[in-house]
Amino acid sequence: MSEFLMPSLGADMESGILVEWMVKPGERIHRGDTVAVVETVKGIIDIEIYQDGVIDELRVQPGEKVPVGTVLATLIGEGEEMAVQQEPKAPEEKAPPEKPELAPIPPPAEPTRRHGPRISPAARRRAAALHVDLEAVIGTGPDGAITVQDVEQVSAETGPAAMRRAIAAAMTRSKREIPHYYLGTTVDLSYTLTWLERQNAERPITERMVYAVPLIKAVALALGKVPDLNGFWVKDHFEMSESVHVGVAISLRQGGLVAPALHDVQSKDLDTLMQEFHDLVNRTRTGHISLSEFTKPTITFTSLGEQGVEITYPIIYPPQVAIVGFGSIIERPWSIEGHIESRRVIKATLAADHRVSDGHSGAVFLNTVNKLLQKPEAL
Amino acid sequence: MTQGEIKDIVLKELVSIAPELEGEEIDPDLDFRDQFDFDSIDFLNFAIGVHEKLEIDIPEVDYPKMSSLTGCIAYLESRLSTTAKE
Amino acid sequence: MSSAAKPGTTVKTTYREAIRAALREAMQQDSRVFLMGEDVGRYGGCYAVSKGLLEEFGPERIRDTPLSESAFVGAGIGAALGGMRPIVEVMTVNFSLLCMDQIINNAATIRHMSGGQFSVPLVIRMATGAGRQLAAQHSHSLEGCYAHIPGIRVVAPATLEDARGMLATALADPDPVLIFEHAMLYNMEGELPTDAGAVDIDHAAVRRPGNDVSLITYGGSLGKTLSAADMLAVEGIDAEVIDLRTLRPLDDDTILTSVRKTQRAVIIDEGWRSVSLSAEVAARIAEHAFYDLDAPIARVCSAEVPIPYPKHLEQAALPQPDTIVATVKSLFGESNV
Repeated sequence: MSEFLMPSLGADMESGILVEWMVKPGERIHRGDTVAVVETVKGIIDIEIYQDGVIDELRVQPGEKVPVGTVLATLIGEGEEMAVQQEPKAPEEKAPPEKPELAPIPPPAEPTRRHGPRISPAARRRAAALHVDLEAVIGTGPDGAITVQDVEQVSAETGPAAMRRAIAAAMTRSKREIPHYYLGTTVDLSYTLTWLERQNAERPITERMVYAVPLIKAVALALGKVPDLNGFWVKDHFEMSESVHVGVAISLRQGGLVAPALHDVQSKDLDTLMQEFHDLVNRTRTGHISLSEFTKPTITFTSLGEQGVEITYPIIYPPQVAIVGFGSIIERPWSIEGHIESRRVIKATLAADHRVSDGHSGAVFLNTVNKLLQKPEAL
Repeated sequence: MTQGEIKDIVLKELVSIAPELEGEEIDPDLDFRDQFDFDSIDFLNFAIGVHEKLEIDIPEVDYPKMSSLTGCIAYLESRLSTTAKE
Repeated sequence: MSSAAKPGTTVKTTYREAIRAALREAMQQDSRVFLMGEDVGRYGGCYAVSKGLLEEFGPERIRDTPLSESAFVGAGIGAALGGMRPIVEVMTVNFSLLCMDQIINNAATIRHMSGGQFSVPLVIRMATGAGRQLAAQHSHSLEGCYAHIPGIRVVAPATLEDARGMLATALADPDPVLIFEHAMLYNMEGELPTDAGAVDIDHAAVRRPGNDVSLITYGGSLGKTLSAADMLAVEGIDAEVIDLRTLRPLDDDTILTSVRKTQRAVIIDEGWRSVSLSAEVAARIAEHAFYDLDAPIARVCSAEVPIPYPKHLEQAALPQPDTIVATVKSLFGESNV
């Protein structure tokens, strides 16, 4: 149904008089046909219609003056019912045109590379210039992006805050990138401890050894048998180290943890190692450590026994590929050749990088450490 | 040497290892390990310091007697009087 | 303004009057200069810029044209080829769509296509922009489209000095220059030195120095951008405001020097953002200052709709100081500058 309105034939026309109809109800009309004659102040004008259809009702009669916009007549489009009695034309049943099959456009492929945090180009440059590890920076820019200011703030940090941030960055990277596997074993440390006590009883206090030293030496010697726990993961491959530089985890009184290296442990005797170890801990706690002592460890050793924990589950310090942890020395009933004795035992744990070694290597390592600690005089 | 003097030396050695203890209250009966997180190297340094100041030997088996302030003072007092007697 | 004005003194004037003064001076100094356009003579100009000039210079030099942009811009090109220095006024950039063929295919190409034998020293002035409820067909900002075309220069005076001084420099150029005058600026008042003269049309200008972000804009958006800069200052963000002045060629040096300093860029353009002048500026910044950027480049442009007629919708569609402020603040994320 559509309407034919009194048109506006001039900017100032408000009304017009219908003079004459040129069509009748039921008549088919086409676009452009003159359907009426209208009189305005400008004169008498033929009015055309701009649609095809069939005249339905003539609503205004000749001689009537009506305002612009008044419905003069109604029309029916193709297939519609007429208001006036007419032979209803059976509408052609035209099936709606088939919607064309649109070839689906495959969605863009998911990017396969994992993108890390957003870092502005300027921030990246600044971080390189200031030697700031971007892993350690929290972004406060739009969408959490790292900005120059964020980098500079980290760079300006010193002391415990900076260390905490560095640890956070390293541990996050470790847990994100290194597939850890864990193995543990209980070591009967009685022989070593007894041997140590006898040694220390005959030495002045300044030359006595702490039990960590034989543990560290045993670890270094065992790595000779399992070299794929001793070295660095660089980009996408393992670089074995000839020598064993053991990073010793030392907690700082003011908070924080560092693991500087004892170098070439496999080739040093226990007395030398004790001296170096003692000196290293003292210097670390007073802040006199050199950079190479931090960057060179090929494996890390951590002992939390004195804090009272039985077992450690350590986290590998990248780019190393393994870490060995020891818990506290506890007295336990122990079965030896069928009878029970009280022995002082310690739990040793290995965490290792599964990209480089398998459980088998780890097991051989721990077993070797265990065996070595049963013969302390050979360390 | 009086008990007071021994106590001063002991405290000085403790503070040299744990500077944050300066001016702090120390529970005389509580284990060093529990009170201020002494590990084996800390204790060794402490024992070496006491050994050097008081010029007495401290056998490893006696370390447990020195694990608290009260224990330290009692042990060192007895060791000093013993040495003096020798 | 007489040529014997004392240096160091200023006079209160408007953008409209400054242009008129520039026209008078140009006509007085060079008899080859004449003004041609719809309603520039008897009516005094659609925006009253040429009011009084017909009486002063006569109908040969202030020529009313029929409603046929293609014809009178073509005539202007012909007059320029023939040795005159015509200033053709196209009433608004909206109507220039009818003479785009003349500008792009004739004015812009004749030097190139004649192997340098001919040049077209033509100046075309056009009003541009929205804000007067003139609805979709009469509110365009198409200067970005013209800035796309090699062979012409495009300038946009946003200050009284530039309104006064760009015309003379444009007339001295042997090639076509389009001058876009934002329609909302004609009533802008201010002080102008009495000896104000020609200004260069090669460089952008730092209207407000700053350190935290570069706000790059031109024409009718300059005032809004400066207001936004004041609002940002209250919040501790020190914005640098660059008035492009010349849209083709763009002054890359000024733009890039600024962005390298502030490390953040926001472009404010009354044109729509898609395929626009703001996109060109953003591309150049990304191309040449990528490693200096501390935040993504941002743009504040008109909403992607035909400019609305009702006042509140028109204002909502155009860049405004508070949308500029909000966009700038989004570049700083959670950090407080």
